[in-house]
Amino acid sequence: MAKDKQNKNGVLEEVTSSEYKYGFVTDIETETAPMGLNEDIVRFISAKKNEPEWLLEFRLIAFRHWLTLDEPNWALIDYPPINFQNIIYYAAPKKKKELESLDEVDPELLDTFNKLGISLEEQKMLSGVAVDVVMDSVSVKTTFQDTLAKHGIIFCSFSEAVQNHPDLVKKYMGSIVPYKDNYYAALNSAVFSDGSFCFIPKGVRCPIELSTYFRINAANTGQFERTLIVAEAGSYVSYLEGCTAPQRDENQLHAAIVEILVMDDAEVKYSTVQNWYPGNKNGKGGVYNFVTKRGLCQGRNSKISWTQVETGSAITWKYPSCILKGDNSIGEFYSVAVTNNYQQADTGTKMIHIGKNTKSTIISKGISAGKSNNSYRGLVRVSKNADNARNFSQCDSLLLGDQCGAHTFPYIKTANPTAIVEHEATTSKISEDQLFYCQQRGIDSEKAIGLIVNGYAKEVLKQLPMEFAVEAQKLLAITLEGSVG
Amino acid sequence: MLLNIKNLHVSINGKEILKGFNLGVNKGEVHAIMGPNGTGKSTLAAAITGREGYEITKGEIIYKGKDIRDMAPDERANEGIFLSFQYPVEIPGVSMTNFMRTALNAQREYQKLPPIPAGEFLKKMEEKKQLVEIHAKLTNRSVNEGFSGGEKKKNEIFQMAMIEPQLAILDETDSGLDIDALKVVAKGVNALRSSENGFVVITHYQRLLDYIVPDFVHVMYDGRIVKSGGKGLALELEEKGYDWIKKEFEI
Repeated sequence: MAKDKQNKNGVLEEVTSSEYKYGFVTDIETETAPMGLNEDIVRFISAKKNEPEWLLEFRLIAFRHWLTLDEPNWALIDYPPINFQNIIYYAAPKKKKELESLDEVDPELLDTFNKLGISLEEQKMLSGVAVDVVMDSVSVKTTFQDTLAKHGIIFCSFSEAVQNHPDLVKKYMGSIVPYKDNYYAALNSAVFSDGSFCFIPKGVRCPIELSTYFRINAANTGQFERTLIVAEAGSYVSYLEGCTAPQRDENQLHAAIVEILVMDDAEVKYSTVQNWYPGNKNGKGGVYNFVTKRGLCQGRNSKISWTQVETGSAITWKYPSCILKGDNSIGEFYSVAVTNNYQQADTGTKMIHIGKNTKSTIISKGISAGKSNNSYRGLVRVSKNADNARNFSQCDSLLLGDQCGAHTFPYIKTANPTAIVEHEATTSKISEDQLFYCQQRGIDSEKAIGLIVNGYAKEVLKQLPMEFAVEAQKLLAITLEGSVG
Repeated sequence: MLLNIKNLHVSINGKEILKGFNLGVNKGEVHAIMGPNGTGKSTLAAAITGREGYEITKGEIIYKGKDIRDMAPDERANEGIFLSFQYPVEIPGVSMTNFMRTALNAQREYQKLPPIPAGEFLKKMEEKKQLVEIHAKLTNRSVNEGFSGGEKKKNEIFQMAMIEPQLAILDETDSGLDIDALKVVAKGVNALRSSENGFVVITHYQRLLDYIVPDFVHVMYDGRIVKSGGKGLALELEEKGYDWIKKEFEI
């Protein structure tokens, strides 16, 4: 019994200290910029991408502004200073010729995706998902372009958009997240390498889910993605973004920008499953994920819905936000953030109510295990003219074990007396009673934790598109169960 | 013998609760364990099912010929030991259907069988729901969440019917039940009685034993069985109260 008891005591610790399962490196030759950051590097990136003069100018202005800024330090995260001169700011797979079919794609790359369970063939043939694969900053292959083109939808890499739709890019880029917005937004604006561009014309309902898989691959290479989604009046698109990264010892910096513009009666649903390398059990390595995501509900009756399942990265600093400018516009934020071992997450959202009758919903589910720290930080602001603004926030924290932390920082600022803002928060632990109840039904402790955690996160998971939800459920289970048995 | 407990001593946080407990259960038998509060009845259930924190300091629990002391709780469950909980826990967000499928498949995996086919599973659910007169909608809700006391207990028996254990321990299944619910629960248990399984029915009151008629009645006091007999013993207890036992065995 004593031995048995010891085993059982160890279970929680064991299941919450699993190692990252997607650690591998794809051996594809990369073309890289010299290490470090200065104006020459900015020019190098711009030249590599054959960019127009105005874009180089945009980058340089952003870079010069970045030089004047200090790193933000208000988040509840702790990490050694980043040496920005010790990072390579551009890496691209050498193979650049246009590919007609998957047969032409580097077999090793295909193999990588197969390891991740992301089979392009399967996706092409079965699921009808158009995939714009961003592999180390340069798009390798875009599928379903033809189908989308028929509807007048533009969905391509950011670089292609710069070449083929410069007017659209120039008009909207930086309009929602200006380079001055924050430290990492300025950095991204200076050195962004690629990303995705999506334009849904007036009245078009995008017939397929759009998805982008990001991967960080070459060692020591920061990845600076930029995504821009424009939904014209009466349009709809559901956009999926999923990430896994190979195991690395050095910390990797990721500072992305996502901008969404939604016009009258249009809706954008943006879903993310993020599983970048979180570092090893002892907190060594892992991705630093400093992301600025923001959507502007510019039009009347417009809607933006963010859903995120965050299991990866050593550090997450991310607040997908909605500016509800149009009357009757709606913002939603559904989040599951899991931290394990030494991971740190400071994540949440901002809902800025400007228009009349604007509504926002925030459902945040934090799960902390190991020695990790998980913070929800959210702002609900109702401005003077936002009559009848409504917000409902629910922030729940679930603790596994007794060495992790969960924190909630809700900020509420209302300048309109007709506003109704509700905030609910709970903190709970997976109880021994729940675990034993499952075990008594024959379910082992690993599976039991997966079951309980997925139940806890259900409200958020059900917001995800079907195929993504399945992936996310597996990911939650893997993140917390992993290595037992 | 299905279950053979010999000279069992169990401590919680160093405090001895079971002090030389003996019990033998054969297939096809129903044993009732009665006794006043605080005599170790629930501790017995916890020790047999392998709950953490219950330390066996002496003696052994032999189940199907094997000492199960070092087996994990889920392994014991998959070997056919089922506990109907006195206080069933809630698991928010996990539907009863999902919970049952996970449990049955865990059992099948243990037996090296493929997962249960969806059709077969749903058919079984329907069948067993009727057995305990459980409302159809209940299985779409989260495990025990918002269930009334009676629904929770019926749900335990429903799970037992689904899992079909070889040894079922009912821990105060009658507590908090009105007479109608009690009859339903008893009906469910009786339907599951067979020559292939055994029951240990832990109860404070004789009432349940009117409906689940035991082959043996044992009276527990201060961590051990102090009196055993047939079903008549339960009636005697009901009449005389536990004070009679207390007086007889007070040290």
